[in-house]
Formats: sequence, structure tokens, C-alpha cells
Amino acid sequence: MRFRIIVLAKQVPDTRNVGKDAMKADGTVNRAALPAIFNPEDLHALEQALSIKDKIPYAEVILLTMGPTRAAEIIREAMYRGADQGFLITDRKFAGSDTLATSYALSLAVKKLAPYHLVISGRQAIDGDTAQVGPQTAEKLGIPQITYAEEILSLDAKKIIVKRRLERGVEVVNSTLPALITVNNSAPHCRQRIGKRLMKYKHARTVTELQNETKDYTELYNERPYLLIEEWSAEDLKAETESLGLSGSPTKVKKIENVVFQHKESKVLSNSDKDIEKLMQTLISSHIIG
Amino acid sequence: MNNIFVYCEVTEERSIADVSLELLSKGRKLADDLKVKLEAVVIGHKVVKPEALLYPFGVDVIHYADDEKLFPYTTLPHTAVIIDLFKKERPEIVLFGATSIGRDLAPRVASALRCGLTADCTSLEIGDHFENKTQTEYKNLLYQIRPAFGGNIIATIINPETRPQMATVREGVMKKEVYSVKYKGKLNKIDAKSILKDDDFAVTIIERHLEKSRIDIKNSQVIIAGGYGVGSKENFQLLFDLAEILGAQVGASRAAVDAGFVEHERQVGQTGVTVRPKLYIACGISGAVQHRAGMDQSAQIISINTDIHAPINNIADYTITGSVADVIPKMIKYYKKNSK
Repeated sequence: MRFRIIVLAKQVPDTRNVGKDAMKADGTVNRAALPAIFNPEDLHALEQALSIKDKIPYAEVILLTMGPTRAAEIIREAMYRGADQGFLITDRKFAGSDTLATSYALSLAVKKLAPYHLVISGRQAIDGDTAQVGPQTAEKLGIPQITYAEEILSLDAKKIIVKRRLERGVEVVNSTLPALITVNNSAPHCRQRIGKRLMKYKHARTVTELQNETKDYTELYNERPYLLIEEWSAEDLKAETESLGLSGSPTKVKKIENVVFQHKESKVLSNSDKDIEKLMQTLISSHIIG
Repeated sequence: MNNIFVYCEVTEERSIADVSLELLSKGRKLADDLKVKLEAVVIGHKVVKPEALLYPFGVDVIHYADDEKLFPYTTLPHTAVIIDLFKKERPEIVLFGATSIGRDLAPRVASALRCGLTADCTSLEIGDHFENKTQTEYKNLLYQIRPAFGGNIIATIINPETRPQMATVREGVMKKEVYSVKYKGKLNKIDAKSILKDDDFAVTIIERHLEKSRIDIKNSQVIIAGGYGVGSKENFQLLFDLAEILGAQVGASRAAVDAGFVEHERQVGQTGVTVRPKLYIACGISGAVQHRAGMDQSAQIISINTDIHAPINNIADYTITGSVADVIPKMIKYYKKNSK
């Protein structure tokens, strides 16, 4: 039997590169200036999965992501680096999902891929930093979770030993399988694209992407069916509509305020108590500190 | 209305973590606003005097599960005890520390209870909400306020329909305050053995060792960096003092590292770490190109320097003309005075 590893990943706006140019004059985020990237910690997760595949030839790595059509980019990226297959969960009904609704959809997709042995994701995504989707998906699957993983020390068909990196030290744990692991950024970086795989998978497309292509891929896909990236809708997952998207999300955003970063001429202050108190008040009220 | 619960994290010394005491202090204020009780949940083994420690924070009830299998923390047994308790008690609000334990436990609990959870809140308030779509008015909700989108926006999150309303908060965000040294609550002992099943022990700890945390300035949102102009190792202590109250990290220029003021791990710049914090306070740093390459993407830069013509002032949002020894104590004083 195959040893099936499912990697959960997310395409995110690159919030780390919010430099001065990525903010508009009114201080709001210029989303268009932010590239969409493979969530960095999910790449660490992919590396963990691929390094298992290096050691166990009968292991397979499947990338699962939820998002708009464009999110297929990270499935191809994973294929170039060594993933065997990918699935895109996509449906307007998922729009507005919080972490609970997201973990519900992801857990249904993981169940559809059963029997599986291991689910691996990054600890958190840089656009939200919540670190909630991993544990919530594990709970919905009814399997144990190992968060803050740094290294998989050993693995067999029934159990896994993992080193966790915590705030104040290191913990080594043993878990039964299947289990869900979330990987820290202290784990090894992901390997780069492999030239041969890039050639093999560069025409991989979802059904929606194929419809938008001007070129006819029919013949190529008859020859190489592995190029098709399957898309799963809410219906494919047999999801209850009330558990999806906004209606399945207990958290609501009441208000959003932009943190205003304007690069102006340097303000010259003296070392007087008055100047320094005023500066500290400005920093606190603009949420930069405090 | 039902009560406010705080999950009290048990430390290595089998006491209660500071972050939990801070949350009890905040929880007491919220409980007073809502005219409800404050309840603490302690799950561990042989915890040192939980009653004497917790009641002064205004705790009305301590729910205490004491069992050797509950210490050190593992996810599933703690989740099982909490779910069992919450199904009976139906809390209105639950707070967890945003620690490696709280951030592991709270989402698992929220998923099982199908309730909302907001991570890393920086402020918690009580307020109302009117939902235009359904023309429904919600009274006394918990406003869960947090930075999002890489710290570029501040979001206020609410859970209108589901209970409990859950949030995690980082250590140092709320203030630890004793409510009344004479305050007395009552103890509710939880019989963990009747709740736990074999499946809850799917994960076992093989080995643990505690280390000093590694220096990690890269992921810090606020960096206080010092240069040769700080003058001495002793003066660098002022930077650490400011960093501690702001939850920041201390960085340094190459000149300060070479002078032996701080460790190499703190070096920012071309041959050190590249950082992009929300706020970079450059203290006594002239601003050589090599240093600027490692920090010029910071969202806000404050330069403290006796030399008004220091090159770093050209990229600073604020320039304070003065010595580090004079300015930093004032920053500490006025931060404390003006923050909540």
C-alpha cells in the first residue's frame, strides 16, 4: 500500500514585502502591489513531505489547497519541487470562510483522499498568522495533532516521532498515525524546482484554466492525463452549505482600520520630555507599539 | 449571561504562567462590565497552591483537574477535560494565552465546540453590534481586536451568534493586577479519570529539554538597535529595558558587535540579518550603507543620535537629537504613562 502524505498549503499575499511602495498615499494596503506567493511555512511543510518520499519509495505526496483558480499556481510549484499530485478546492460558496469553515472544507477533502497516513501543513499563514487551521482540521478529522514541528525523527506505517520547537525548549513526541503535523519556520527550507519536473508539469492545468487557454490541450491531455489538476466544489465534497463560507464562520469582521505608514520628511525632535512624550503617544495611538 | 473563563497554563515549576494571571486580571474587568463571574480552569498535577495564588485576581471559581497524566501538557487530554467542562458550564467568553500551549489547544477546542476564536488579540473590549442584513441588535459582545495582514491593518472581530467567544492573547499585552488580596472563591475538583479515554493518549512525550530561547530578531515587529554610539555594554542595557516593555528585540550594528557590546546574532545589515519590522529604533547608529541595507525596509524608523548630520537621519521618519542615555529612559517613562 502507498504511504499517502497530504500537504495543506495556501496561496497568500506577500505581506512581508509591504515596504513603503506597497502602501497607497492614503495609508491603505496596495494589494495589487503585493505578489501572491506560496505561504512560506507551507513550503517548509512540503519539504518535510518530500524528504519522507526520499526515504520511503512507496510514499506519495499530494498537495491540497483551497482558493480561487489562481491558487493552482502553488500546486504546479509543488509539482515542480516533487509533489505527485494536487487538488484545488474552489467554489464561490467558500468565500468569506474563517478558520473554522476553512478547516471544515479541508477536512472533507482530506477524507475524500482516505486512506491517508500523514497530513502536513505550515504552522501558520502570513496573511492571518492565526495558526488555527491545522489544529482545527485535525479535530475535524478526529486525529492527533503535533504543532510546532521542526524535524521528523523517525517514521513507520503506524507511528511517527517528531521534534517540536517550543518557546522555551524542545520536546520529542511519539504519535500514532494518521496524524496532522504543523511545521515551524525553524525546519529546513524547501528544495528548489527540479528542471526535469518543470518540463514534465509545466502544462498542468485545472479544468477552469484549460477553458481559458487559447491553445487546444485535448491531445496532450489524452496522452498525459496526470497533467489535469482536479477541482473540487462544495458539491464534490458533499459539504453542508450552512457550514461553508460566511454562514459557516462564527467570527465576523466588524471593523478594519488601516495602520497608516506614510514616509514623510524626517521630523526632527529634541530630547525634551514634551517631544518624547508626544512621540510615544503617536506610536501608541497608531498601534505601532502597545 | 454566563461567565468568563480563563485557561490557566501550568508552568514547569507547577505554578500558573504570568500570561494567565494577566488574562485573569483582564477577565475580572470584563466580568465586572458584564456583571458575571470569573472562573479559572487549571489542568495539571500537583499545582502549587492554586487557590492562594488565583483568588486574589478576583476568581470566583477554580475548576481544577489534578492527575499525573495531565502534566506536562499534551493536546488531547487537556482538550477532553475542557470540552467536558464547557459543555456543562457553557461559558460566555474564554481566554487563552497565545503561547505554544494556548495556540495548540484553543483551536482544537473551538473546532469541537464550533465556536469562533481570534488569535493574538492586542485589545479586548465589550460593545454592541447591529447587523444591518438581519436587522438584529447584539448587546455586550466581546470585541476581539488584533493586527492582521502582516500588521498593516487592525481588525475588530466579533462572534454574534456562537458561544463561547474565544480569544488568545500574547504575554505582556494585558496588565497583571491583583483584584483584592482578600477575595475568596470556591474550588471545583474535576475527576479527570472519568473523562479521559485511551485514545486521548495517542501522543506521548518521549523527551523534553528546556533551553534558553534563541535570539530571533528577524521575526520581531519592533527592533531597538544600537550602534557604536551607545558607548558601552552598560548603556546597551537601556536598549534591553526598552525592548522588554515594548515586546521588542534588540539589534545592533556591526561596530557595536565588534566592540563586544552584544552577541553577533543581533547584528543587522549586509553581513547580519535583514529585518523589516513595523518600527526600527536606531540608537547611536550612524547608518553606513551596509547597515541600512539590512533595515531600510522598516515601516517606521526613529533615529536617536547626538549628530544631527548622521546619514541614518536621511531615511528616518523621526530624528531625536540627543544621547541614548538621556532619551531612552524618557521613552520608557512616557510609554508606561500613556499605554493601557
